[in-house]
Amino acid sequence: MKNDSAGDNAPVVMGIETSCDETGVGIVRGHELLADAVASSVDEHARFGGVVPEVASRAHLEAMVPTVQRALDDAGLTLGDLDGIAVTAGPGLAGALMVGVGAAKAYSIATGVPLYGVNHLSAHIAVDTLENGPIPEPAIGLLVSGGHSSIMMVEDLAGKVTQLGASIDDAAGEAFDKVARLLGLPFPGGPYIDRAAKEGDRAFVQFPRGLTAAKDMERHRYDFSFSGLKTAVARWIEARRAEGEDVPVNDVAAAFQEAVCDVLTRKAILAAKEHGVETVLLGGGVAANSRLRALATERAEAAGLTLRYPRPKLCTDNGAMVAALGSHLVAAGVAPSRIDFPANSSMDVEVVSLANRL
Amino acid sequence: MRVLALDTSTSAVQAALVDLDDDELFLTAFRREVNARGHVERLAPFIEGCLADAGRTRADVDAVVSGVGPGPFTGLRVGMVTAAAFADGAGIPVYGVCSLDGIGGNTRGRALAATDARRKEIYWAVYDDGRREGEPQVCRPSELPETRADYAIGEGASKYAGELPMDAETEPVYPDLVKLVELAAPRLLAGAPSERLTPLYLRRPDAQPAAAPPAASA
Ligand SMILES: Nc1ncnc2c1ncn2[C@@H]1O[C@H](COP(=O)(O)OP(=O)(O)OP(=O)(O)O)[C@@H](O)[C@H]1O
Ligand SMILES: [Mg+2]
Repeated sequence: MKNDSAGDNAPVVMGIETSCDETGVGIVRGHELLADAVASSVDEHARFGGVVPEVASRAHLEAMVPTVQRALDDAGLTLGDLDGIAVTAGPGLAGALMVGVGAAKAYSIATGVPLYGVNHLSAHIAVDTLENGPIPEPAIGLLVSGGHSSIMMVEDLAGKVTQLGASIDDAAGEAFDKVARLLGLPFPGGPYIDRAAKEGDRAFVQFPRGLTAAKDMERHRYDFSFSGLKTAVARWIEARRAEGEDVPVNDVAAAFQEAVCDVLTRKAILAAKEHGVETVLLGGGVAANSRLRALATERAEAAGLTLRYPRPKLCTDNGAMVAALGSHLVAAGVAPSRIDFPANSSMDVEVVSLANRL
Repeated sequence: MRVLALDTSTSAVQAALVDLDDDELFLTAFRREVNARGHVERLAPFIEGCLADAGRTRADVDAVVSGVGPGPFTGLRVGMVTAAAFADGAGIPVYGVCSLDGIGGNTRGRALAATDARRKEIYWAVYDDGRREGEPQVCRPSELPETRADYAIGEGASKYAGELPMDAETEPVYPDLVKLVELAAPRLLAGAPSERLTPLYLRRPDAQPAAAPPAASA
């Protein structure tokens, strides 16, 4: 069974996402986005400077059914129109994941619609199909989010995704959030740094580029490290304060952001070139970063590669990305998941779906 | 009418199909596993298992009844979201019942129904001939106020038997799904509007505010 995933009979799939603080329900038909309903508890976490798992889980329970109803309304569909239900099975916050997985299983049993437990990280990559159509395979996926920074080789989005490298400490988004805190910017810090950096000088200071020294390029060719960068920024700010001087937030933001984006794009492009891959795509919350997009575009062009990324709203967590991956799995004829699959908070980044595993 | 009943407020993952006709209740299928970490894996297969055992399909279910706690949050939420989503998916109503009533509702005399709240605490309520007095509470067994209960029953009672001021049943007793359906029967039979289930958490979320970030200038 190979459906035309662009046409009218492409699989209609609802995706449910509850791995962190967004209750997301999206509906797609093939590569067409029909609904993207998101209820966020981010404001409830802001004063804690980070996501509080129990607060997030409570919000998911409250929002779950209403968000499904909203997505169906927006799409003008009923559950009976669905060819599949996909849900984030991991990775993420265990208690939060269980709300989405529990709901998805119940919807599946109550309607008879097949269920797919999928990987949140593969979904961050798959969402690009909603913006730019089918992903040419193989492709290099630069997956940069709050919990991950990985260079992925996407040979088959329905099942064969391999990690070429990853952060050995903090994720890129985590670095953005931590540096934002140092600068007194709100949570989550990424978008605030992005904004502040637009007014700043990215050559103001040269912050360290982790794992780019010659010997690191041997052992950690496609890996990242951002904790040293964060420490360097913290020291710089401290020294500046010790001298009784103001911290130029915009300039520090710009210089920090430059260091992150420089290493991310440099290594992603390198991986594509060295693997003879012509397409690079960005996914995950940090892929919304304007400087990352600009620098990646510039460098991809110079290297003769095609660069793709989704619109910013689709980069951060949402249900549409889960639906997009689900629809791809249905079209590829991947078997649905068994009803007893668990929520897996530390799901392996290379497991696309639980479909063919159990 | 055929009622799907669920409760995950304790370490027992439970599902049942209960037939309700006028005021006759009949348990047609039942699944339970004591598995404090297995709620999200076990519950959905239990629903399918109950339907299969009873020779029914999802289309035969007329309403859902769910325990709404109190209970350890993560497991409790699995049962409640399952109940709410199943009902929404099937286009049938869902009704919530205090899970402790599934234990205390079956008692005679003065009884303390207690479940394990973890962190050395119990969720509890006092029942007089099966009728609950006041709202459920949470506290350490040693910090119970004067309840005048003659005995204690439930997973929290058996676990903390030595610390409770009254006799305690040594076998853990879990919420009785037939009782939950019985308690919801007036709403079921009247075709009352479907409910938005509200969990009885009884505790605020643990949340340490992050230290205030140092001020910086633009
Ligand atoms: N414009 C931006 N610039 C930089 N970072 C951004 C931007 N927008 C969002 N982010 C960052 O993206 C992260 C959130 O992304 P996402 O929602 O994908 O992460 P997550 O779901 O928490 O983690 P994961 O996907 O690894 O489980 C946050 O760290 C946030 O600061
Ligand atoms: Mg994410």
